[in-house]
Amino acid sequence: MTINRRDFFKLSAASGAAVGLGAFGFDLQVAHAQAQGLKIERATEVRSVCPYCAVGCSMIAYVTGHGETESFNTSPTLVHIEGDPDSPINGGSLCPKGASAMQLAVNSERATHPMYRAPGSDEWQRIGWDDALDRLARLMKDARDERFVETDADGNTVNRNDGFAWTGGATITNEEGYLTTKLFRAFGCGGLEQQARV
Amino acid sequence: MTNHWVDWKNSDVFLVIGANPAENHPCGWKWAHVARDTRNAKIIHVDPRFTRTSAVADVWSPIRAGTDTAFFGGLINHVLSNGLYHDEYVRLHTNASFVVSDDYEFNDGLFSGYDEELREYDPASWDYAREAGGGGSDPTGVGGETVPPLKVAGTARRDDTLQDPNCVFQLMKAHYARYTPEVVAQITGMTEEKFLEIADLIGSTGTADRVGNVVYAVGITHHTMGTQMIRGAAVLQLLLGNVGRPGGGVNAERGHANIQGNTDNAQAWANLPGYLAIPPLGAETLDDYIDAVALEAVDPKAVNYFGANYRSFMVSLLKAWFGDTATPGNDFGYAWIPKPDKDWSWMTIHDEALQGRLHGLFNSGMTTVNIGPDSNRMYDSLAALRWFVVMDPLQTASSEFWRAPGVDPSEVQTEVFFFPTTHWIEKSGSFTNSGRWVQWKHAALPPHDEIVNDNWILAQLFLRIRDLYEQEGGAFPEPILNLSWNYTDPEDPDLDEIAKEINGSNLADGTQLATFADLADDGSTAAGNWIYTGSYTEEGNLMDRRGTADPTGMGYFHDWTWSWPLNRRVLYNRASADADGNAWDPERPGITWNGSLWVGDVPDFAPDSPPSDAMGAFIMTGEGVGRLFAPGVLLKDGPLPEHYEPTESPIENLVSGTRRDPATYLYEGAEATFASDDTEFPYVATTYRVTEHEHFVTQYVPYLVEAMPDMFVELPVELANDKGIANGDEVTVRSKRGEVTALAIVTKRMRPLKVGNGKVVYQLGIPVHWHAIAGAEKGKPQKMANLLSPYIGDATVRTPEFKGFLVNLEKV
Repeated sequence: MTINRRDFFKLSAASGAAVGLGAFGFDLQVAHAQAQGLKIERATEVRSVCPYCAVGCSMIAYVTGHGETESFNTSPTLVHIEGDPDSPINGGSLCPKGASAMQLAVNSERATHPMYRAPGSDEWQRIGWDDALDRLARLMKDARDERFVETDADGNTVNRNDGFAWTGGATITNEEGYLTTKLFRAFGCGGLEQQARV
Repeated sequence: MTNHWVDWKNSDVFLVIGANPAENHPCGWKWAHVARDTRNAKIIHVDPRFTRTSAVADVWSPIRAGTDTAFFGGLINHVLSNGLYHDEYVRLHTNASFVVSDDYEFNDGLFSGYDEELREYDPASWDYAREAGGGGSDPTGVGGETVPPLKVAGTARRDDTLQDPNCVFQLMKAHYARYTPEVVAQITGMTEEKFLEIADLIGSTGTADRVGNVVYAVGITHHTMGTQMIRGAAVLQLLLGNVGRPGGGVNAERGHANIQGNTDNAQAWANLPGYLAIPPLGAETLDDYIDAVALEAVDPKAVNYFGANYRSFMVSLLKAWFGDTATPGNDFGYAWIPKPDKDWSWMTIHDEALQGRLHGLFNSGMTTVNIGPDSNRMYDSLAALRWFVVMDPLQTASSEFWRAPGVDPSEVQTEVFFFPTTHWIEKSGSFTNSGRWVQWKHAALPPHDEIVNDNWILAQLFLRIRDLYEQEGGAFPEPILNLSWNYTDPEDPDLDEIAKEINGSNLADGTQLATFADLADDGSTAAGNWIYTGSYTEEGNLMDRRGTADPTGMGYFHDWTWSWPLNRRVLYNRASADADGNAWDPERPGITWNGSLWVGDVPDFAPDSPPSDAMGAFIMTGEGVGRLFAPGVLLKDGPLPEHYEPTESPIENLVSGTRRDPATYLYEGAEATFASDDTEFPYVATTYRVTEHEHFVTQYVPYLVEAMPDMFVELPVELANDKGIANGDEVTVRSKRGEVTALAIVTKRMRPLKVGNGKVVYQLGIPVHWHAIAGAEKGKPQKMANLLSPYIGDATVRTPEFKGFLVNLEKV
C-alpha cells in the first residue's frame, strides 16, 4: 500500500496503541515499544567496583559498541553506571560519588598525552612515549648509580638506592601495586609509600 | 578491619570515633542501621563536630581533637574499676596474666628506658618476666632504627590469679587509675555525665551475650599519638571480649578503593608483601633476618604461626621476585633486598627531597602538595628535586607545582613528566576493601588517545633500565638483572598472570597453591604475597566469584569474591568461643567445636586442634593471646596507650608532667614552625572530608562540584559573635605555617568546649577537598587545608598530625 505523510500522521494520532496490522501493514505497537526502550537494553553489562572509598561497592557499567553489540561503525561507549544489586555489601546503592562515576570515567579534562616540563620552563611540551621513557630511564639509572649505598658506615650490607622514591598506590589495583613494589624494591628503594601513611 | 562491613549487622553497640560513616562510607554504614532495625543496636558517636553520623546516633559527645587517648584511657579505667570486662575472655584470650619485667617502670609520663638526647626509648624493659633461662633484657645485637621485636630466651611468667602487682592486669589498673571521669572531662571537653553514659553503654558489651563494635577512621590516626589511640580501642575491645566475635572487632574504615590492598602489597617503607619486615640493619644473612624478625613463642600454648612460618613466606617471596636466580647458595637473593637506614616514610621522603639528597620522586594517583602536611614545605620539597613524575588520569596541583600561584617557574629546575594513565573503568584487576574482601573488576572501556596502563609504564621503564645496566654496568646491578619478568608480554604484563604470581605456585609442577600452609622454605614454592594465597588457584580466580548465598545468616557470604586470608571473614575467630569451643553467644557463632572440627567461618585456627589442647586463640602472636601490654619495639612510645597533648595545644597535660609525646621525630627546621602555646593561635583545628568529594580528584566531576562547590570553614556561633563574622563571610584561617581563605559556616554543630580549669576552647572544622587544577580553580589563590598543618607525625608510624593543631581566624 502507499500512504502519504498527512495520512500517516492522521492514522497514528487517531489510533494510538489500538492500531494493528491493518492500517499500515505492520504492527505499530511493537514499533512504539521499541522507541521507548531503555538505552541500556542493547548494552553489555560489565561488572566493576567503585574507585572511590573502601566500602567496595559493586557497580555495573553499561557499554555499547562493545562485546556482544560490537558493530563496524561504533566505538565502545559507556552509557550508564549503577550499583550492582547482587553485591552483599551495597545491594545496588551508591553514594553521590559512585552515583556520578560516569562523569569521572568520561571526562573532557582527562590527560590524553604524555607531557614534559623542562627546567626553568613555564609550560608543558608534548613528548612522545619513547622519548619520555628513554629520558626518565636515564634519569632513574643516574640517580640510582649516584646515590646507591652498598655498605653503610658501620659495615652493614645495605644495598640501598637513596636516589629516588615512589609514592602512590591506593587508587590502583593489587596487580599494579604488587608490580610496583616488586620493581621498586629491586631498584633498591627504601622510600616506597602510599596513601595509607597519610 | 578485623571484621567486615556486612558483619556490622551483628553488633549490639557501636562506638564510632574519629569517623563520620554516614557521610563518608554511607553504603557500608547502612549495616549499622540494619543492626539497629533488627537487634535494637545502639550507636555512640564521638567527634569534634556534630555530623551526619551524630544526627543518627543514640548518643553523641563532642571531643577536643587530639585527646582520644585520654578518652580511651578513661574507658579502660571505667571498665577495669567497675568490673565490666569479660572476665573469662580476658583470662583465656589476653595477656592479662602475663607478668612484666621488674625493670619496667612508668613515671610521670615516661616509660623506662627513655633517652632524652635521642628522643627515643630503649624498649628492653618493656618485656615479660621470664621463667628459667631468661629474665631481663638481652637484645640480639642487631642494631639500628629498624630493629624488630626483641628476641629473648625463656617462657613468659604468668600469674593466672591476676594478683601479681607486675602482671599486665594489675599494671593496667594502676596505669589507668589517673584517667578518672573528672580528668577525662577536663582533657577532652566532654561532660562527666556524657562520658559516664557512653562508658556504661560501651561497658555493657563485656558479657557473653552482647557484642560491641569500634568503628574508626582517620580521626584517630591523624595525630602524633594516632597509633596509641588505635591501641586504646584494641585494649578496650580485648577487655570487653569483643575481638574475634561476629559484630565485634576493631574496624578501620579505610579511605580509598585499594588502600588496603596496596598496604597488603607493601607500598610501605618498612614492609614486604604480606607484612613481612623489610630487612633490618645488621641482618646480613637470611638466617640473621629470620632470627631478627620472626617472633618466638613466649608461651607453650602459643601457635606462633607467623614466626614459625616466616622463613617459608620470605623464601617464597624471593622466589616469586627472582625466580631461578634465587637459590639456596645465595640465600635466595636475600641480599638484593634493600635495608633502610632509618624511617623512609612519606614525610622522610619529602624531607630527603628538600635536603637535596633525593633526586627523583613519583606521585602515582597521589598529590604531594594537597596532602601535606605543611603544603608550603611540600612545594619546596618538589622544587628541590631534579626530576618528578606524575602518573595520573588527571592533572593535579602537584603536577603543576612549578607554576603554582606565587611561584616563579624560572627558579624551579625540576624536570617534570606527566604520564596520562588509565582509570579504574579502563582496566581489570582487584581492589581490596576495608573488610579484606578482594573483589575483581572488569575493564569496561579501552583507553583513548595516548593514555596507557600504569603497568605498561612500569614495564617500559624496567626493560630500559635493565638494558642500560646490561650495556653499561653501574651500581649493584644484580637485583635488576635477576628480577623475574617472565610475563607472556613483558612490555605489558597481564593482570591475571600477576594475580597468579601473587597467589603463588608449586614450582615443581607449576600448580597454583590453595593455601599458604603449602609454602616451603626450600625454594620449591613461590608466592608474591602469602596472605593472598588461595585467591587464584587451580579452580580459577576466586576474586571474581559472585555467589550470593549466606546459609548461616551471619553475613559471611563466603561465595562472593574472596577475602584474605583463606577467605576468612572474621579474624581471630577462635576467640569467639570459650575454652570448651562453645560460642560465647550461640545466636552469633564465629567458629565452634563440633567434636572433631571447628566449623562456621573459615577457622583462624588449626581446624582440627581440639579445645582440650588449649592452644592460644591469637595464632599469629608469640604470646598466643591478644596483647593488652605490647612488649618490645612494637610501638616507639610505650607498651600501653598514654595521653599526651598534641604538638600545639591549649592546655598542659593533665595526666602527667610530660606534655607532648616524647618519642616523636623532629624533622630539620620543623620545630621552629610549631606554636609553643595558644597565645597567637587560640583555636583548635580539625580537617575532614565530605560525602560529595574524594580528596581532590572530584573537583573534576561536575555533579559533585555542583553539590559541594566551594571551600568553607565551620566555626562556633559564639566565636563568630565574638569576631563579628556572619554566615557566608569570607574568613582567613592562619597557622604558624600558612593561611587559607574560605567561606565561614557559622554553626551550633561546632560546640565550644570547657577544658582544664574551665578554659573555653573553640574548634574549627576545615574540609580538605579544594585546589586541584581544574576548571575554575586554575589561577585562583590556594585553598589547601594542609597549608595549615604541622610537619610532625606519629611516634611509631609518622602519620602526620593533620588534626588537633592551632589556628587563628579573621574576617577578610
